[in-house]
Amino acid sequence: MKAFLILENGQIFTGTSMGAQREVISEIVFNTSMTGYLEVLTDPSYGGQAVVMTYPLIGNYGICREDMESRRPWPDGLIVRELSRMPSNFRSQDSLGHFLEEYNIPGIAGIDTRALTRILRERGTMNGMITTRAEFDLGEALHRIKAYTAGNVVERVTCREPYVLPGAGYRVALLDLGAKRNIARSLQKRGCQVMVYPAKTPAREILEANPDGIMLSNGPGDPKECEGPIQEIRRLYETEIPIFAICLGHQLMALATGADTYKLKYGHRGGNHPVRDLSDGRVYISSQNHGYAVDTDSLNPNIAVPAFENVNDGTNEGLSYRGKSIFTVQFHPEACPGPQDSAYLFDRFIQMMEVRRHA
Amino acid sequence: MPKNPDIKKVLVIGSGPIVIGQAAEFDYAGTQACRSLKEEGLEVVLLNSNPATIMTDRDIADRVYIEPLTVEVVEQLILKERPDSVLPTLGGQAGLNLAMELAERGFLQKHQVRLIGTTAQTIKKAEDRLEFKSAMEKIGEPVAASLVVENVETGIAFASQIGYPVVLRPAYTLGGSGGGIARSQAELEEILSNGLRLSRVGQVLVERCIAGWKEIEYEVMRDGAGNCITVCNMENVDPVGVHTGDSIVVAPSQTLGDKEYQMLRTSALNIINELKITGGCNVQYALHPKSLEYCVIEVNPRVSRSSALASKATGYPIAKVAAKIAVGYTLDEIPNAITGQTMASFEPMLDYCVVKLPRLPFDKFISAKRTLTTQMKATGEVMSICQNFEGALMKAIRSLEQHVDSLVPASLLAPEGWGEGAFGKTTDGYDFTRLSREELLEQLQVVDDRRIWLIAQAIRAGISYEEIHEITKIDVWFIHKLAILVEMEQALRQQELSGELLKEAKRLEFPDHVIGALSGKTAEEVKAMRRELGLTAAYKMVDTCAAEFAACTPYYYSVYDGENEAVPGTGQKEKVLVLGSGPIRIGQGIEFDFCSVHGAWAYSREGYETIIVNNNPETVSTDFDIADRLYFEPLTPEDVENIVNLEKPQGAVVQFGGQTAIKLTQALMKMGVPILGTSAENVDAAEDRALFDKILEECGIPRPKGHTVYTVEEAKKAARELGYPVLVRPSYVLGGQGMQIAIHDRDVEEFIGIINRIAQEHPILVDKYLQGKEIEVDAVCDGEDILIPGIMEHIERAGIHSGDSISVYPARSMDGEVRGIIEEYTRRLARALHVKGLINIQFIVCGKKVYVIEVNPRSSRTVPYISKVTGIPIVSLAAKVILGKKLRELGYTPGLQPESPYYAVKMPVFSFEKIRGADIGLGPEMKSTGECLGIARTFKEALYKAFLGAGIRLPRYKNMIITVRDEDKEEAVDIARRFEALGYNIYATKGTARVLLEADVSVRLIRKLEQESPNILDLILSHEVDLVIDTPAQGVEHSHDGFIIRRNAIETGVNVLTAIDTAKALVESLENSSPEKLELIDIARLGA
Repeated sequence: MKAFLILENGQIFTGTSMGAQREVISEIVFNTSMTGYLEVLTDPSYGGQAVVMTYPLIGNYGICREDMESRRPWPDGLIVRELSRMPSNFRSQDSLGHFLEEYNIPGIAGIDTRALTRILRERGTMNGMITTRAEFDLGEALHRIKAYTAGNVVERVTCREPYVLPGAGYRVALLDLGAKRNIARSLQKRGCQVMVYPAKTPAREILEANPDGIMLSNGPGDPKECEGPIQEIRRLYETEIPIFAICLGHQLMALATGADTYKLKYGHRGGNHPVRDLSDGRVYISSQNHGYAVDTDSLNPNIAVPAFENVNDGTNEGLSYRGKSIFTVQFHPEACPGPQDSAYLFDRFIQMMEVRRHA
Repeated sequence: MPKNPDIKKVLVIGSGPIVIGQAAEFDYAGTQACRSLKEEGLEVVLLNSNPATIMTDRDIADRVYIEPLTVEVVEQLILKERPDSVLPTLGGQAGLNLAMELAERGFLQKHQVRLIGTTAQTIKKAEDRLEFKSAMEKIGEPVAASLVVENVETGIAFASQIGYPVVLRPAYTLGGSGGGIARSQAELEEILSNGLRLSRVGQVLVERCIAGWKEIEYEVMRDGAGNCITVCNMENVDPVGVHTGDSIVVAPSQTLGDKEYQMLRTSALNIINELKITGGCNVQYALHPKSLEYCVIEVNPRVSRSSALASKATGYPIAKVAAKIAVGYTLDEIPNAITGQTMASFEPMLDYCVVKLPRLPFDKFISAKRTLTTQMKATGEVMSICQNFEGALMKAIRSLEQHVDSLVPASLLAPEGWGEGAFGKTTDGYDFTRLSREELLEQLQVVDDRRIWLIAQAIRAGISYEEIHEITKIDVWFIHKLAILVEMEQALRQQELSGELLKEAKRLEFPDHVIGALSGKTAEEVKAMRRELGLTAAYKMVDTCAAEFAACTPYYYSVYDGENEAVPGTGQKEKVLVLGSGPIRIGQGIEFDFCSVHGAWAYSREGYETIIVNNNPETVSTDFDIADRLYFEPLTPEDVENIVNLEKPQGAVVQFGGQTAIKLTQALMKMGVPILGTSAENVDAAEDRALFDKILEECGIPRPKGHTVYTVEEAKKAARELGYPVLVRPSYVLGGQGMQIAIHDRDVEEFIGIINRIAQEHPILVDKYLQGKEIEVDAVCDGEDILIPGIMEHIERAGIHSGDSISVYPARSMDGEVRGIIEEYTRRLARALHVKGLINIQFIVCGKKVYVIEVNPRSSRTVPYISKVTGIPIVSLAAKVILGKKLRELGYTPGLQPESPYYAVKMPVFSFEKIRGADIGLGPEMKSTGECLGIARTFKEALYKAFLGAGIRLPRYKNMIITVRDEDKEEAVDIARRFEALGYNIYATKGTARVLLEADVSVRLIRKLEQESPNILDLILSHEVDLVIDTPAQGVEHSHDGFIIRRNAIETGVNVLTAIDTAKALVESLENSSPEKLELIDIARLGA
């Protein structure tokens, strides 16, 4: 069946429908990872967005549910050049097409994803609609497309109730703003007990559990929409507990301490972004997925200083907080998908907890 | 870290002659590295024995030495030039081994020369099997159970412990020479003893067999600060067991999930960190197809064939970056030249699929075993880019130029499909339609170069993907992709050709003529239909970043369903299309890339916009900054026409790209593209026998008598009339393909049979064979005047292909009169053919009589060599002349140029030991894969250098065997006497021995092969023989014994000469020469 992708600027791509056939409007973003489509789909940070994979052959190795980064896929839609007709991998349990159908996610295949990416690169991220209705009214559709905003999407993707992942070592409170599973797994692998809290949890409740460290997760949407969590994070900042934050968590900590964030033209989404550790000049290849960044000009140097920067465009990739055991990064040391080069940051977090315990 | 200020003068060691396993990729890497170093203001001294390379140009390095790659030469060179650093990791295994030897001898330390890039310690850790294994164990990276052995007994004991089959890998060899899989003790003994001999350090690794696992490679870079990136990963379609150089390779990996991809990527980074490599490195893995278990197969601590492929596949210039790292920069200080706005410290993301196919030489070695093993056999490769795997594979298939343009066998194509000469009546064994299901299943066990055609037939026969996978171990994903191509072929045969179907067929890159043949239409009709539907190729950019950033390098590939990104130039400059020469194959090697690149540079200097089309990932011409625009595409009329339609060039140059480009002449003219330089009619006139004869007659130039024939009967009649021996060959060929000397009717029958394996559009030529001196001339003609840089003379008498002959400049055996005749004939021919640009003429001189045997109005194999030794930049002169300049206004005096005070000897180099079963006897069909050069003030020294460069390092044991045919016996006496004077023990078989004894040469009689042991074979296998001179009889009557002797000698590493003239030259070179007393010559200062 034919499907159409209508962009906010009126451009239309025609392809083949895959997954669910329902109509959807969302923000269209592109990801340049060559592998890891399942991890991308199940990364809650893509809530409120439809993802274009720039790699043209998607679905090659099928679906291995063990690799899911959360309980379900979150994007509103998936846009690919070619959906593999026959997946092949010993771990595959299903095909990508079935998986999308199962979760009622619409998709479109067979479009020139490179042309689409070039548009998004030049014009910036924009909204779009995926539909199988051939006789759409463009004017009406564009009106609706332009009106779309993701809203407070964190609420949709966070867990409903707190829960605990066992571990004999440090007790870490993880504020789930849309956390990928590998954050908790990375902590568990280092022996931690991980107490996972919904995004709206008050700081008081977290502090009452007396954690050794606090982890703020990744998550979707405009950080400024998260007014509630920002206030609570401010309270966490006031304590002496070591805090490690990733992506949205990093942005919220910045906002909570008076800095500002802004929207990037088309974001960073992929597994090849170089980040420089400003403490020693070393460069790591990182997994990234963010549409917003912390404005370094807005930083109060007495509160926070840049710890990492993006080698490509110089944008902020991490902060270190003065006089605090707090460091935050914009990229994803938990990888999945993408390079595992910065996994050492979890060790740094463990060390911080250790230092505090022995202080 | 910024550039290290202590580095001022760098010696770069190249890789020497092109052999299987070490080809043009090192010219590409070396050239890029030298330019990168010069960019930094460093003085570059270059050493390479290969004159056909671009890296040995005086504009690439400051000081250029085309000298043999031996330790003695490098030491002398270091003492002469006093470089402060040596960069050893860009010249392949040859360069690396040399540098290691120098480091081990303490020479570098003694003379305070440092190795830059990767250190000797690191190289040792990566290359030495034991050290590597313990390094891997230290960081917990799994390697297959293995043991390094130095003798056969230990190998047998270990193999029985881990169980057969076992893999054998000799240490420090290239292209897996001497390796293999042993399934039994007998096989083990054979391969192991051979491997021990070939290894520089006498070590062979005996290893658990992981054949059938997926083979995955990662290209990794690391800088001195420890920053690491992976440039690319690649998946071999063929499982472990087929050398990666012979495998179908796809980039990026297709069947790996992120878990597997990242698992291996992390492992590769751990390894490069542990080894502390600074620069580029290639890590090969075997990945279990049904688990996450993996083994590290090997690490190459240098640029390699794979890194060249990865560079072209991603756009990331690995060699350039490696050179910058070597002088001290870190990855984040080096700009990404493709995007112009990001740094080298990132990982390229592909938004397309790349397929590499090997170019195998079985069309040249028809007796050779076609099986693919861990011993590489390919001479070259093609790469193609598309947005789907099927399309990339289809493009790669037709880029191979092997008369097969799809998976469809000829018997399934309608006769209309033959029109464009892309299909023969038979397709050289690619047609498996006659095999039964059982036969197919059996044939699938054999892995050879035709495997994808076989699998396609198995799919047609209804054999399931699983069954095919079980036998071949090729992942089902790839088998399924082949099935999609078979489905399309069936749809085209069965269904009406609708617009939708045509669109899908083009998306899968079916060429028009194949679509036509399958659907009962002509290619023209299909093209017309496409035109109506607006179905044209669009071009996408290779930008290293999947469109995330705007890129500024116009490097394109075509797709059939997408937006076109290639916006042609503004038209302010006129455009020239330069057609490349495709894959490196025997007969069409790196020299044509040299010509293409120099052509492009020359046009660029003249103010033109240059457009290169080529599909060879190993070459300089496909580097991103050689031409103004690069199209990485097959060189077929249809593919070129698509580019022409978009770019609308003002002209095309075909005379630099070898036969590949010449073949496109007619098609280009049909497209309305003017051929720059010599016109198509005149190219034709040189190839068309009747026309050519007429021209010769008009010019008053004799040629050996001959006839044009189509059938065996006609050929025999012609041969009898001319009198045997005769030369039989097809017209329009390269490298003397199919050319043979016949001495009997039987030979004629056999040869014509071989020629007709591939349908001939052109007649077959039967000529009287004249045994004289073969002379070769390259000239530039501006339409009026000619310029001959020099006359070259072949050491071997006519009858041996010019590419396989030792060529000497300046010619020694002619007087001024003959020289004058040659000059005059060249002038007449160039004028008669209205040559504008290059012309290559081959003559035979018998006494004072000069005959013309071949005229090629194009660049030739000898162009790079003659331009280097004379200092006359022939290609750039030709380019200027083509644009209308006159030789005189360019400051040259027309005619034959004064002789150089130096002798230059070009020596062919063969790769016979790599091709099991290939007959090494020389004849009119070319067999060499590369060449090297010796330059010296005296002929003897030049000759000696050339032999040294070709790897003939004598004497060693001072034992030799002579067994020659009757015609050569007389001359053999003098040669034997001279070897005897050099202290050689001479062994000879009965006939030869008698002649030698009669002439008072002391000789030991050795039994013939069919006689009881110890016979000639035992002597050869004793590893104490330096040299075998074995001249096979002419014609089909070549004895099987001779074949076995020659093969065994080659495989035992014994030097074998099959022409008496070569033997004479060798003994001459050995008299009064020594490797320590060579005068090294900087050719950058020759003729300047």
